[in-house]
Amino acid sequence: MKKKLTTVQFRGTKEQEDKLLEVIAKYQGTKGAMMPILQEAQGIYGYLPIEVQKIIAEKTDTPLEEIFGIVSFYAQFALNPKGDVAIAVCLGTACYVKGSGDLINKIQEKLNVEPGSTTSDGKFTLDATRCIGACGLAPVLTINNDVYGRLTPADLDGILEKYM
Amino acid sequence: MIRSHVLICGGTGCTSSGSMALRDALEKELEVKGLTEEIKIVTTGCFGLCALGPVMIVYPDGTFYSMVKPEDIPEIVEEHLLKGRPVERLEYHEKTGDHHAVSSLSDTNFYKKQKRVALRNCGVINPEVIDEYIAMDGYAALGKVLTEMTPEQVIDTILASGLRGRGGAGFPTGKKWQLARNLVQDGGKKYVACNADEGDPGAFMDRSILEGDPHALIEAMAIAGYAIGADEGFVYVRAEYPIAIQRLEIAIKQAREYGLLGNDIFGTGFNFDIQLRLGAGAFVCGEETALMTSIEGNRGEPRPRPPFPAVKGLFERPTVLNNVETYANIAQIILKGPEWFASMGTEKSAGTKVFALGGKITNTGLVEIPMGTTLREVVEEIGGGIPNGKKFKAAQTGGPSGGCIPAHLIDTPIDYDNLIAIGSMMGSGGLIVMDEDNCMVDIARFFLDFTVDESCGKCTPCRVGTKRMLEILDKIIAGKGELEDIDRLEELAEYIKSASLCGLGQTAPNPVLSTLRYFRDEYVAHVVDKTCPAGVCKHLLSYEIVADKCKGCTACARVCPVGAISGTVKQPHTIDKAKCIKCGACMSKCKFGAIIKH
Repeated sequence: MKKKLTTVQFRGTKEQEDKLLEVIAKYQGTKGAMMPILQEAQGIYGYLPIEVQKIIAEKTDTPLEEIFGIVSFYAQFALNPKGDVAIAVCLGTACYVKGSGDLINKIQEKLNVEPGSTTSDGKFTLDATRCIGACGLAPVLTINNDVYGRLTPADLDGILEKYM
Repeated sequence: MIRSHVLICGGTGCTSSGSMALRDALEKELEVKGLTEEIKIVTTGCFGLCALGPVMIVYPDGTFYSMVKPEDIPEIVEEHLLKGRPVERLEYHEKTGDHHAVSSLSDTNFYKKQKRVALRNCGVINPEVIDEYIAMDGYAALGKVLTEMTPEQVIDTILASGLRGRGGAGFPTGKKWQLARNLVQDGGKKYVACNADEGDPGAFMDRSILEGDPHALIEAMAIAGYAIGADEGFVYVRAEYPIAIQRLEIAIKQAREYGLLGNDIFGTGFNFDIQLRLGAGAFVCGEETALMTSIEGNRGEPRPRPPFPAVKGLFERPTVLNNVETYANIAQIILKGPEWFASMGTEKSAGTKVFALGGKITNTGLVEIPMGTTLREVVEEIGGGIPNGKKFKAAQTGGPSGGCIPAHLIDTPIDYDNLIAIGSMMGSGGLIVMDEDNCMVDIARFFLDFTVDESCGKCTPCRVGTKRMLEILDKIIAGKGELEDIDRLEELAEYIKSASLCGLGQTAPNPVLSTLRYFRDEYVAHVVDKTCPAGVCKHLLSYEIVADKCKGCTACARVCPVGAISGTVKQPHTIDKAKCIKCGACMSKCKFGAIIKH
């Protein structure tokens, strides 16, 4: 999966950095701690810009390229900040055979946003996700923490309206 | 005194359909009616019938309610819980046969043929209360193993049961344990690991076990630790499963409090503890060597085998790695004996297998059946058949590594070896049903697109080869394919299978090979006739207006984004095929069914 570097300016605060340092200290001496550190760092900042990776590299004495290698490898590590409204359309097999491809196409058209990116106003992020395991409700999409199931493209207008 | 229990499903499927709002409404209503001392709400794991969520069961009578809404709660409380009259309109009505409500869950076609071993506690106990697990003989197997059996006896028991890995490949579990115990005896560290990185799209059995019965996994990992001589375990869970992670964390904490994890378990001097590690959205990490590389904190790339994990696994030490469903069978085998387990299933595939039924089937959800059950029984009886009167076309098993089972093989008994023989594989147990509206070329493309995206890039056959295959499929779907492309696909597929480093690449061509084997005519139709028989591939469709049915209302002409439809009011319209972009907007707008695609 290709990942684009962000063009958004880094606006990390002192509190965020303090929290990050606490996390790094907590995992001192734990074997294979890099994944949990990165996961918690993303929880603090919402994404993992190069500035955050640099702090982690320095404090854990790990080469920055190794950390960037890990961040760019896993789909869930984000190099870009997410929008306020995160839309994720499940493209697992069960959803796909029931038409989730049509759902994502319609959202793309409606919000003018490609999967994996955020609208120019920074409001909506659209993602195509792997199976979330709610196959009984296929096709499914999630918006922030809400799950919408058994959808047709016609349902989308009403749902998106709520988040406009 | 508690006189009635209300079980509400708290699995991901039912939670997504609003079961937590249902629980809150019930709690409130019980309070209003002053019934909190008499009626207990139990939030359980998955019942299996996800299609009908949210579901709830009222005991002792066992009334099964489906698709319940919070506004139904006052009626259920008033009528059923106070006056003892079940609310018939909310009871589950089976769609096949006569339309009477079934009184108990085990009478339904959906449950009748199932045999629940790995799922025995799912939908029965509250997974967040360790005492409920213990009440169902939980941790009795661990006690028996630690106080009455030697590690060798444990391994012999698992070997004799015939249990094979439920993650896909079907390697004998006992043999894995034996290797890890015997091959390396330097007294150094060993590890037990659990693969809960359930990445196959459409498979969610491991998640349901983690959500519904997390202690079964903990107990089995401790047993494995005793058998091979390990004191540390790792569970690698997908981050996409927040409820499962939370329940597992609670379960580990409770097990520690009860002294069932930690030092000197059951006073026998045996030490064992478990750590959780979360994935970060990489499918390849479900491959065993990649999973271990990821736990070690690196890019999750696979390593060459041998050395096998049993010899050199996590942190270069001997490691037993099993999948969640495999572990879920262990305690039962210890308690009931290997003969009991081997008596279920077929000769070479003992026991049961959990399948996640999905796609074009009435009863989507989770089912556990003895190995050797035929696909027809699963689809037509347990699954309730195909909705909307459509015809069964194929079932897909094994996810992106598997293949399709076509209609003429629907009587195949499902076990490891039969599925391999017909060009598919067991995989982790996703079973997606497709009907006549699904295009098999499109499905093959869907899976290949997935593997291209998820290929880690370490070895060339997988990284470049799958990409080239995808390009050929795209060409075919765009209507630019030639007959030679089909041969090229087959040739490339063989190279990728034989030359890739890990299981992901070695099996990536399977969806293409298996659809070519059984649905070659569909490929030929795409390539030679430039048509898509199922009417899915957009570039190969053409839209037409049936003059007899068109009333000339102009609705289609107004909605067409490219102005390809022309005609006079109240006269039949026509579509200019050169301009048409095949978006289908006209067809969905037409009230008279006058527009057809073919």
